[in-house]
Amino acid sequence: MFTREFCIILSAALVAGHSSAQQSDTEEVPRTSAEVPERLPETGERAPESPPQSSAQTIENIDADAFVFGVGQPATPEEIAAIDIDVMPDGTGLPEGSGTFAEGEQLYQEYCAACHAEDLGGISDLGAARLIGGRGTLDSDSPVKTVESYWPYASTLFDYVHRAMPMDAPGSLDADEIYAINAYILGRAGILDEDTELNAETYSEIVMPNVDGFVPDPRPDTQ
Amino acid sequence: MAKNERFSDPRYGPAERQMAESLVEIERQMLEEEAGEECDCKDGMFPGLTRRNLLAGGAALGGSLLTAGQGRADAPPGAVEYRVQPEPTKEQGRTILDDGGYGSRSQFESEVRWRYPTASLDSSWSMTPLASGHGIITPSGLHFERHHAGIPAIDPRTHSLTLHGMVDQPMRFTMDDLQRLPAVSRMHFIECSGNTLTEWTEPTLKTVQGTHGLTSTSEWTGVPLSTVLRMAGLQDGAAWILAEGADAAVMTRSVPIDKAMDDAILAYAQNGEALRPEQGYPLRLLLPGFEGNTHIKWLRRLEVSDKPFMTREETSKYTDLMPDGTARQFTMEMDAKSVITFPSGAMRLPRPGYYEITGIAWSGRGKVETVEVSTDGGETWEQAALEEPVLSKCHTRFRLPWVWDGEEAVLQSRVTDETGYVQPTLEELVNVRGTNSVYHLNAIQNWHIAPNGEVTNVHA
Repeated sequence: MFTREFCIILSAALVAGHSSAQQSDTEEVPRTSAEVPERLPETGERAPESPPQSSAQTIENIDADAFVFGVGQPATPEEIAAIDIDVMPDGTGLPEGSGTFAEGEQLYQEYCAACHAEDLGGISDLGAARLIGGRGTLDSDSPVKTVESYWPYASTLFDYVHRAMPMDAPGSLDADEIYAINAYILGRAGILDEDTELNAETYSEIVMPNVDGFVPDPRPDTQ
Repeated sequence: MAKNERFSDPRYGPAERQMAESLVEIERQMLEEEAGEECDCKDGMFPGLTRRNLLAGGAALGGSLLTAGQGRADAPPGAVEYRVQPEPTKEQGRTILDDGGYGSRSQFESEVRWRYPTASLDSSWSMTPLASGHGIITPSGLHFERHHAGIPAIDPRTHSLTLHGMVDQPMRFTMDDLQRLPAVSRMHFIECSGNTLTEWTEPTLKTVQGTHGLTSTSEWTGVPLSTVLRMAGLQDGAAWILAEGADAAVMTRSVPIDKAMDDAILAYAQNGEALRPEQGYPLRLLLPGFEGNTHIKWLRRLEVSDKPFMTREETSKYTDLMPDGTARQFTMEMDAKSVITFPSGAMRLPRPGYYEITGIAWSGRGKVETVEVSTDGGETWEQAALEEPVLSKCHTRFRLPWVWDGEEAVLQSRVTDETGYVQPTLEELVNVRGTNSVYHLNAIQNWHIAPNGEVTNVHA
């Protein structure tokens, strides 16, 4: 009998009315969920979804067998640049900017130490990884996998800090800050001199201790 | 339109016509109320339930209807607690569509995902309750989850997929675009390569949900990744493709281009409806048979390259440390694996008697060929029946009748896949890999049955 739905509609209307009254002097809050499909006249059936509309600007030369569908659009260099944030081992993708150990020490205290600890040892209760130490333990019974002991490429550290750290504000650090924080972590790891200024050029020259520690997948391996 | 024209013979018999007419009438009255009546649900109790609504439906009046439709806080997740009818044959059941048009499970069913108690609530995993599963499909709401930075809520109208790098024409696709392209639907498992990681050195978790619940099977629908790569035109030397998500981890993995051109899917639907948010709504990458982490959710970007990108998840994580201190990298394919889901850990068989042993088997390299079951800890094996369909890179259900005589028993299952690969024992795995490789534990599982019927996780 549509009773719950009926109520949901009315409650939503009430809530919407209430909040729009509250925010009457600001902009209207846009709807952030889908509406139940509208009813068709006469029969009252629910309307089907509209056919998806392609963003293509032209429908010429469609040839499905040749993978030409007239669907999608060229990505512009600006659109790509806005999200192309990866950094590769050869330094591709490293942005302009620079940072030092000293700058990094301050930034580390501000952004990183709360989870990764002052001594860069991580805080397991927070799920935050230990960053340094552990060299020479990988073939032991208790291997300690850290940036220092395990990570094969410094590029991964830049890439990851840039995209996902700090946990409470991921993606918020700028290039200078990331170079500086990495200079600090890699300096504390004994991989980098504390007076090295990191930039795109010096960064690509870093060689990590475990760079040769990885092998291709040999499986199946138990037969 | 006159009533007798609207639902005319011969398509509508008298009963169907009456039903259709009453539905139209109910709707008309509801819409009328919606438009004109003062809402009477301000106190939040029995919203929208006026005497007039009830009469309009021609439904039986009574107290039962007032409780029907009212979900109670203590109903299991995904269920609504309705009044249980003492004699369901003696009164009308609850009215149709009082769930708003999207159903719920029975209030008597309560299995739920279980979150592994990691320190972080944003970066954690939840496991499928395999013990109560039937067949091979995992209900979408019970599909395991692995998140590294919580579950984003993404508006599909503003989401797009950008494809660039070593392609002739970089392209951007809206969700509408992708849904206009030729689609495929395929049934595949996804298994996290961390599934069973607690069990390397000693039996640790008690249930099959805890030991094996990071695998689930769905029907996935979407566009073959090869289609959009062909649209953009792969350049010579293209060897890897970076897949990137739009969550706060901006999760990234490098995928071999051969896999991308083989059976990878840009999936926007799961089990017949749009992806669940936890599964990557509105778009995820599906790499059949590959470890779960590579099936990037909330997919926003694909970049083609001649080299792997060496992201955190393929260097620092999801690499398998060997006893000599080297680590295996890009261990993508999931080895064949099976597990008995009934009986399984923390159950208690009530008494000796007939039981059907059942479980699931799967392989990241193709179809399941055979599953053998042992009830004596691997001394003797019997071939289990495989339930059709047996699909490539998909859970396969096996069954074997068993009479438990009340004596101590150890149940095992062992799968062989179509490549001839045989599921190893834990000892065989550890002999090669040691106990520090974390991922890809696919050993034979042992369930010990005690004379009192208690089922426990043991190592043989």
